[in-house]
Amino acid sequence: MTKIADMTENSPEQRKKIYWKDYIKYIPEDDYFFFRSCIRQTFFPGAEQAFLAILKNNLHKNYFDDPRLTTCTGIGYHSDIIPLETLHTMIARHFSIMNESGYSNLVISCVTTFGVMTEVMNTWHEFPETLEKARENLQKTTGRAFELPKAIAHANDIIYLYRDEIAKQSVYKLINKETGKPLKVVDHVGCHYAKIFPHHGIGGAEFPKVLSEMIKTWGGEVVDYPERRHCCGFGFRQYLIKESRGYSLTHAQIKFESMQPFHPDLILTNCPGCNMFMDRWQYVIQETTGKVYSSSGNGIPVLTYEELAALLLGYDPVQIGLFMHQTDVLPLLEKLGIQFNKNEYAKLREESLDLAKIL
Amino acid sequence: MIPMDEIYADPRIRENMNACINCGVCTALCPAADYYDYEPRYVERIILMRNADALEELMSSDYIWYCGQCMSCKARCPRQNAPGTVVSALRYWSQKLGLFIRSPKGRQQLIIKQNIGKNIYELGYCVHPSRLTMEEHPEQGPVWQWILNNLEKVHALVDGNIDKNGPGPMRKIPEESLQEIRSILEGTGAIDLWNQIEMEVINTDNDQNC
Repeated sequence: MTKIADMTENSPEQRKKIYWKDYIKYIPEDDYFFFRSCIRQTFFPGAEQAFLAILKNNLHKNYFDDPRLTTCTGIGYHSDIIPLETLHTMIARHFSIMNESGYSNLVISCVTTFGVMTEVMNTWHEFPETLEKARENLQKTTGRAFELPKAIAHANDIIYLYRDEIAKQSVYKLINKETGKPLKVVDHVGCHYAKIFPHHGIGGAEFPKVLSEMIKTWGGEVVDYPERRHCCGFGFRQYLIKESRGYSLTHAQIKFESMQPFHPDLILTNCPGCNMFMDRWQYVIQETTGKVYSSSGNGIPVLTYEELAALLLGYDPVQIGLFMHQTDVLPLLEKLGIQFNKNEYAKLREESLDLAKIL
Repeated sequence: MIPMDEIYADPRIRENMNACINCGVCTALCPAADYYDYEPRYVERIILMRNADALEELMSSDYIWYCGQCMSCKARCPRQNAPGTVVSALRYWSQKLGLFIRSPKGRQQLIIKQNIGKNIYELGYCVHPSRLTMEEHPEQGPVWQWILNNLEKVHALVDGNIDKNGPGPMRKIPEESLQEIRSILEGTGAIDLWNQIEMEVINTDNDQNC
């Protein structure tokens, strides 16, 4: 509490309550059981590998990456082909595998998975008979038993926890190399991180701090914008069914239009889906309307927190998969002054751009 | 008559039965309400009415399929209700009772079953690069097409492990793990639900063709 008082001393907001401080949760410090994301593995596999590399090489933490884990079925649940009992039993199986591996701190890469796991844990707490049913179903279908995890964290919680240590080890800061000014960064926190159960997210649903505190710690300027809390537009079935995909595009566009006047250098996300949609829909808007949301004519680069942390720590942009983004991140790399093999990066980008000419 | 007691025993409905004060916050911030003629407040009102005819009509309509499941409604409801979670339950019961077949959007569940369901059952993933073609997903852009053309090379560059044994991104899910999740899908009602979706949609198509 003393620290909070110091922060507000002589501030005009001195008498205001700092609401987001109500939403601080326990984040485990080591020994992580890592749960991968279907979407992140598909579109940005380098981001997950960057997270694990930072844990191992920079933070010297222990983790386990168990190949027996499968999808959490969260996309199936929210697109309504996975019944609640099936979801509960699938989650129970993941917990059982974690128990077998000797871990109890679950660290989740995906915001949808994080959402379904916190929802399932809440349902089991509120309706204990559903927990018993999950135990029975798991036993019946797989012969397995399970215990609940001691802690559930999203992977961005771990980076948030160690943001100062990452800043200490960083080779670069979120500062424009040419002007010396902080880069302007907008954050987009995936809906299921804290909107369903605000106490599971740093800063809750209304004051999400998990990404903005990283940005500030690493030297950048957090830019607020009117539609900051708006959904990226995934909409599960709305995107998955081609006919209603305009739902997804429309909501991404609402966000781009809202942030554009603030001239962000970067969009930072914590959700695999949001990251992909905000990257891809910029391309679609550019192709269909000619509109580009950055003054450079490139579009606003979209990075995940792992990718950004890895970049600042000096990891190679190719190794962490930045060439896999549709919206080119090269303008951002140049602003940051990142030293890397530009020829290799350019060659990979050229191959895909040559394909664009054919398409 | 729809089984009202069973539907109202669903934890997702029981948990969201706090008297709605009709404030409209859920509707004001709902992305689906921006895009469709839709109000999550209306869904909550029908639930609280406990009227079987009104609920059956709702579950038979396109209305319940407009929600995008972002759950923004939950974050700001002063009564802690989550209309989006209620919608999840209503969609389940709509399919279980065969009511989904009465609405065009409901019938689209066959597409979800044939894509996401198939991915889960066959591969152990909801999403997999091999199932994301440019024909179905032109919005993915030329970089994605290039990635699809060079999957092994691209994944090797980022320390991936696509379709191979052992840990890592996009690894091949071990056969024993696939057997376990298939057993869960079969033993907890998912396969029955998928068969119901397929059978109802095919029967409806046949009836329309006669």
